[in-house]
Amino acid sequence: MNSFTGPTVYIPRDTTALSLGSDKVARSIQQIADEKSLPLHIVRNGSRGLYWLEPMIEVQTERGRIAYGPVTEDEVENFMAAECWLENKNHPLYLGPTEDIPYLKNQQRLTFSRVGIIDPLAIDEYCALDGFAGLHKALQDSPQEIVSTVTESGLRGRGGAAFPTGIKWQTVLNTPADQKYIVCNADEGDSGTYADRMIMESDPFCLIEGMTIAGLAVGATQGYIYLREEYPLAEQVLRDAITIATANNYLGNNILGSSKAFAIEVRLGAGAYICGEETALLESLEGKRGMVRAKPPLPAIHGLWQQPTVVNNVISLASVPIILSRGANYYKDFGMGNSRGTLPFQLAGNIKRAGLVELAFGPTLNSLLHDFGGGTRTGKPMKAVQVGGPLGAYLPAQQWDIELDYEAFIDIDAVLGHGGIVAFDDSVDMSEQARFSMEFCAVESCGKCTPCRIGSIRGVEVIDKICNGERVEANTELLEELCETMIHGSLCAMGGMTPFPVMSALKHFPEDFSSSVSRSSTGLERV
Amino acid sequence: MTTAINLSIRQVEVVTNIVNTMQALPGALLPILHAVQDKLGYIPPASLPLVAEGLNLSRAEVHGVVSFYHYFRSTPAGNHTIQICRAESCQAMGARALESHAKKTLNIDYQQTTADGDITLEPVYCLGNCACSPAIRIGDDVHGHVDTDKFDQLVSTLRTHVVEVK
Repeated sequence: MNSFTGPTVYIPRDTTALSLGSDKVARSIQQIADEKSLPLHIVRNGSRGLYWLEPMIEVQTERGRIAYGPVTEDEVENFMAAECWLENKNHPLYLGPTEDIPYLKNQQRLTFSRVGIIDPLAIDEYCALDGFAGLHKALQDSPQEIVSTVTESGLRGRGGAAFPTGIKWQTVLNTPADQKYIVCNADEGDSGTYADRMIMESDPFCLIEGMTIAGLAVGATQGYIYLREEYPLAEQVLRDAITIATANNYLGNNILGSSKAFAIEVRLGAGAYICGEETALLESLEGKRGMVRAKPPLPAIHGLWQQPTVVNNVISLASVPIILSRGANYYKDFGMGNSRGTLPFQLAGNIKRAGLVELAFGPTLNSLLHDFGGGTRTGKPMKAVQVGGPLGAYLPAQQWDIELDYEAFIDIDAVLGHGGIVAFDDSVDMSEQARFSMEFCAVESCGKCTPCRIGSIRGVEVIDKICNGERVEANTELLEELCETMIHGSLCAMGGMTPFPVMSALKHFPEDFSSSVSRSSTGLERV
Repeated sequence: MTTAINLSIRQVEVVTNIVNTMQALPGALLPILHAVQDKLGYIPPASLPLVAEGLNLSRAEVHGVVSFYHYFRSTPAGNHTIQICRAESCQAMGARALESHAKKTLNIDYQQTTADGDITLEPVYCLGNCACSPAIRIGDDVHGHVDTDKFDQLVSTLRTHVVEVK
């Protein structure tokens, strides 16, 4: 591979690029190259996350990587005829140097610094771009030094709960036990989020490195990645990456000759949203129904098989290597208030330029939706935005100038969550969305606590009554009371946060709940 | 005593092998159920006693786990399983219209299989393809920007493919 002299062409193969036909594109390019006896070197990189340009092909030139996109299957013949593997500025799909595309250039990619650049399974490419630098540092530090660095960095759980990662690690470090565990929560079930998937598919060694550092920090020798079944490509990439990392002594019983041990196993979920909740996830890993546990005891003290366990989201763990290699202050200097570092925002739904935007905390939704996102894909006015997954509030336009910061969002009864941002145009009926939130909760509730299990079903019924014009005032009051009960009486965020989208829809878009609105029946059936 | 009525000899072999190979894993039940479904296409209710005995669990406990998870199925699926994403990002791009189109053209509801045993339709809550909504999954392949035309095209490819195989 190193002796290769022909032009290099990068064709992404993450789930989204594949969903737009990138495999077929790669095959066609290879075929045409073979026919013309062109010595093209095709690299299957991850995706840069500029998804509206996928399949986005990059070619290596003297002045760096040049992008073209979207190069769909239909465009391949023309792409090859125009000799695009050389820089062809006149080609209609020419985008210029990749790093100069404003969408990418205006980001602050720390956690995603390698994503889309390298072949995800090429460990030498990973190492060449600072890969395992954090692990090398961690091997020189004491466990307490590692934990202190993470604490000082201000990193908070990126899965949504935003609990300080260092404090969680400290608890596990301080709890004596023969066996401790690192559990990576890769049950990324929130609609509008795909950052975890991107890390796992496009830079899996980064997650492996982060988990290994966590293991060294708290004294855990076994790690589990609890991955959702809906991500078959991520599963394949992770399993391959673990094998490669083990063969290269980055995992195993003698990590880089240090005599320290750490192993990782991938475990698959089975289509239960609730297993993204950390205690339900632990139950599931133990081979049980994904029933939420009451807390306390905290998983950090009584976690997997009752042993001290770090449960962290993919992005939290994947942010650790750069914190170790560059230092706590480097990371902490990004962000605002108590939200330090960066968050990979994910633009989704009805948005023109959908994709991953990693930025320091603090930009406004408006800047993401318009400067990056370019407004709706349908071209209609944007009406509502749901931030933070199915348990996040719907925000109307007047709230889009609030800074994206954990505390600022809590102040308006909303959540940043995992950074997913789903845009809706003005054809959306917010009563349908509110109803769906309750319906989703009913489908996915583990059933352990009553407010969630029964409240969600009653919630669907009450919303139907309001929309049908039955005793609107009394039923609206009842819905509000029900939501209060769910918020305060549920065991976990499933029942405790489902009221957020419901109440925000009712509060900001009351006109949609009127019985005079004509409704499609398609979304209103139970499954 | 294990009774495995209604299982074929091959099914008994497959399940027994899986249980024997994996029973020592910590938290082995989900990996075992995945392996059974991967091999047999579903988890036959009659196989539960074999799994239960191998893990020293009650049959009720195993049934409780199988029935808790949406992904595990107790009956065989069609030749192809199509999952349509029902989550918010896809809703914002027309998933409601897509799912009603799918049900109408295939003439089945969710969790049902076409009369010819060819296609099973299932709902799914997010495929992580939210930048290209609406999304569907056929087998392990995810498709993005799926409107009704693209859906029909994909279905007709599946149907043609089956004829070729036969």
